[in-house]
Amino acid sequence: MPHEQSKIGTIAPSNSITSHLANEFLTFRLGEEEYGIEILKVQEIRGYDSITHIANAPEFIKGVVNLRGIIVPIIDMRIKFRLGNADYDQFTVVIILNVAGRVMGIVVDGVSDVISLGTDQMRPTPGFGSVIDTEYIMGLGTVDERMLILIDIEKLMSSSDMGLIEQSIN
Amino acid sequence: MSTDLEQFYEIFFEESSELLADMETCLLRLDVNSPDLEDLNAIFRAAHSIKGGAGTFGFTDMTEMTHMLETLLDKLRKGELEVRSEMVDAFLRAGDIIKGQLAGHRGEGQADPAAAAAVCEELKRLSDETQVSAKENLVSNAKSELMPIEQEVGEIAEMATSSPAEVASGLTYCIEFSSAGINSAAMENLFANLQQLGRLEKVVSTDEKEFCKFKLTTSKSEEDIWETLAFVVDPAKLKIELDLPVRSEINASEAQTLISNVTATASSVGEAESAAANISSEPGYGFFPGAPAAPKNLDGSDLTENSLQPKSIDNGKNDDQAVSNKSSKKASAAAPASEASSIRVSIEKVDQMINLVGELVITQAMLAQTASQFDPVVFEKLHSGMNQLERNTRDLQESVMSIRMMPISFVFSRYPRVVRDLAAKLNKRVELKTVGENTELDKGLIEKIADPLTHLVRNSLDHGIEIPEKRVAAGKSAQGTITLRAFHQGGSIIIEVSDDGAGLNRGKILAKAKERGLPVHDGMTDQEVWLLIFEAGFSTAETVTDVSGRGVGMDVVKRNIQGMGGRIDIESALGVGTRISIRLPLTLAILDGLSVAVGDQMFIVPLNYIVESLQPTAADIKTVSGHGRVVQVRGEYLPVIALHEIFNLHPNVTAVHEGILVILEAEGYKAALFVDDLIGQHQVVIKSLESNYRRVQGVSGATIMGDGKVALILDTAALVMASQQEAV
Repeated sequence: MPHEQSKIGTIAPSNSITSHLANEFLTFRLGEEEYGIEILKVQEIRGYDSITHIANAPEFIKGVVNLRGIIVPIIDMRIKFRLGNADYDQFTVVIILNVAGRVMGIVVDGVSDVISLGTDQMRPTPGFGSVIDTEYIMGLGTVDERMLILIDIEKLMSSSDMGLIEQSIN
Repeated sequence: MSTDLEQFYEIFFEESSELLADMETCLLRLDVNSPDLEDLNAIFRAAHSIKGGAGTFGFTDMTEMTHMLETLLDKLRKGELEVRSEMVDAFLRAGDIIKGQLAGHRGEGQADPAAAAAVCEELKRLSDETQVSAKENLVSNAKSELMPIEQEVGEIAEMATSSPAEVASGLTYCIEFSSAGINSAAMENLFANLQQLGRLEKVVSTDEKEFCKFKLTTSKSEEDIWETLAFVVDPAKLKIELDLPVRSEINASEAQTLISNVTATASSVGEAESAAANISSEPGYGFFPGAPAAPKNLDGSDLTENSLQPKSIDNGKNDDQAVSNKSSKKASAAAPASEASSIRVSIEKVDQMINLVGELVITQAMLAQTASQFDPVVFEKLHSGMNQLERNTRDLQESVMSIRMMPISFVFSRYPRVVRDLAAKLNKRVELKTVGENTELDKGLIEKIADPLTHLVRNSLDHGIEIPEKRVAAGKSAQGTITLRAFHQGGSIIIEVSDDGAGLNRGKILAKAKERGLPVHDGMTDQEVWLLIFEAGFSTAETVTDVSGRGVGMDVVKRNIQGMGGRIDIESALGVGTRISIRLPLTLAILDGLSVAVGDQMFIVPLNYIVESLQPTAADIKTVSGHGRVVQVRGEYLPVIALHEIFNLHPNVTAVHEGILVILEAEGYKAALFVDDLIGQHQVVIKSLESNYRRVQGVSGATIMGDGKVALILDTAALVMASQQEAV
């Protein structure tokens, strides 16, 4: 992702962005990029273990696992965003999220840390073509020289193109 | 303040709903001809409790309604008014109104103030009628008035087995106590109180004020009188006796002779008794059991009186006690489980517990597997510990599972009302019998079974039971019977709705089916014909009523039952009756399944769909028009469903004859499921895929296996139906 682009968008952050943002973010890596999600949406972090495949599901839905008695679907974000190599070893990390009243897990390349972002460190999303629809990006965060892509994980996970939640009542 | 109260709203709502349900049960049980005072009291108590709660929370509409109920009930209770069926109707309607008001306060729907006002008005009218109707009753029903008297004497003859509470018309009690140490003001007050209870008649008023004896005629029970007196009089010095003219020694024939002059006898015997008591009690010793021995200078007759007196007290006490025990036993038998102690726990907590126990079972299985690798001689203690753990976990799981189980009476209890209302509407005479109300099934199923069952009951009443004239003409009793029966069979619960009505008419159903263009022929078995009534839009009713006849409903019933994993069967004989039986799994949470393997994946096939499993020979497999495969099993050609093709898996075997075929049957169709291998039979806990994910085609749920892995449960019915559609 071109670095200059984030600098182009150095407009004062609008209220709509700052007002509903939580301050703490869990950052994780997908390929070369760093992402951040609201820490309050994260339930736990665990390793990648035996998974049960679901027939005819999209490729990025790896299947379901047993999380202490509840069946949790696992989504590989690397496949979904086409970033990095989707291979699984003992370092592969699953972030268990609690969004939209559901529990689900996302596979990422690695979890970095939890950082606090002030409103001055958050920039609005510039319009750019991306594999991720900018609709799901809350903004960009800057920490020193690092750039974080802040994802509205709840919106993303409940979107129709993830196909995780049945959209119609029928 | 209001916020403080709000947290109790939910409790009040729940309690009120329960009380209303109790009230309805009592009302329906109430026999108009001989109302049980205990039932009336129970209804009164329920109304009163609701009124109290409603008053606390400021639900004035409910308070008003319950107040009207109370007023009328109180009059009934005191015997000022005879129970009539229109009153029961009014009570039931009032109950409905209160239910509506309750829902209104709960924020679910709107109460209808106009209807409430109408019912209020009716209740008021009924209670105001008191005097008039009582008089009317006295005059016009003079004949029937004789009946209770006769009955009374009959009961007396039966060793005074009738409980005081049962005779609403009132009984005469003989009350004796020593008034020593009680000041006159208290005495006056006491007599005023007693006079409120009923008709007071002083027998002895001694000037010394040492001893009082009088008779009280009241509809209140002995306990009430006792309570009134116990405030003032030392209970040890108090004696209350049922002033019955006859005791156990009297026999029926003697009682018969007494009928004509029962009142005269009563008073004369009472007088005689009191006179006798008077003689004996003049010294005042007879009433102090703990008093020193009678003075020696008393003559012989006094001695015998003294020695007899305590005995007779004891007898009377025992009799009364026996009677009251009997009546309370009767009451408890009539209202089973209403007093059962229970606690309210939210269903989430229970589910969470079930989940945790499920986890525990899995952990235990894992430990057991690990422990089995150790040398049983060296690690003997570990192994015995593991055995104990296994036993305890299994017991724990069973008892936790049983929390969700509820008796089916929760569903059955609503039908007396449904039948009563509907029968009245249709001018039919129907009796509802329920058998096996204590059969337990999962709470989730209880909730879901109610609607289909209501439909079946209504259907039986409307289409099954004929009008009384027709029944009599057919040589049956005018009153029809609908029987609800529930029982366990194997791992299922079976609920039957049967009626002794007209039965299904095969010709009529077939004709109707042909008219609607359904694929039918005359050679169909009865069973197949009966199942036609579950087709959407199918109805043989000549006229459409607001009860049924539109052909909507039976198909919904079938769909609901199938949705619960159950099935439905009909047996019917023309002119004799119909029996519809519903077979349901005991619980939604547990399923007996066969685990099968395809490639590296494991699936669970519900056991109740499996007919058999077999390994076919290559010759048994045939192809139809190049692709669709069928297998010949005992002369039948069944479509082969290859699981790996449907689920895009990589199987270990691709040739059908190298794998295993599981023959499935669902909704009357059969198909053969082709899998790599059979693994074993398990009882699995069903977990929802949809709670965190979405519905998956061909999968009805998921479960967690002993090794902690997730296995998907196949939606067998859908797979079989899909194979049929392909084949057609």
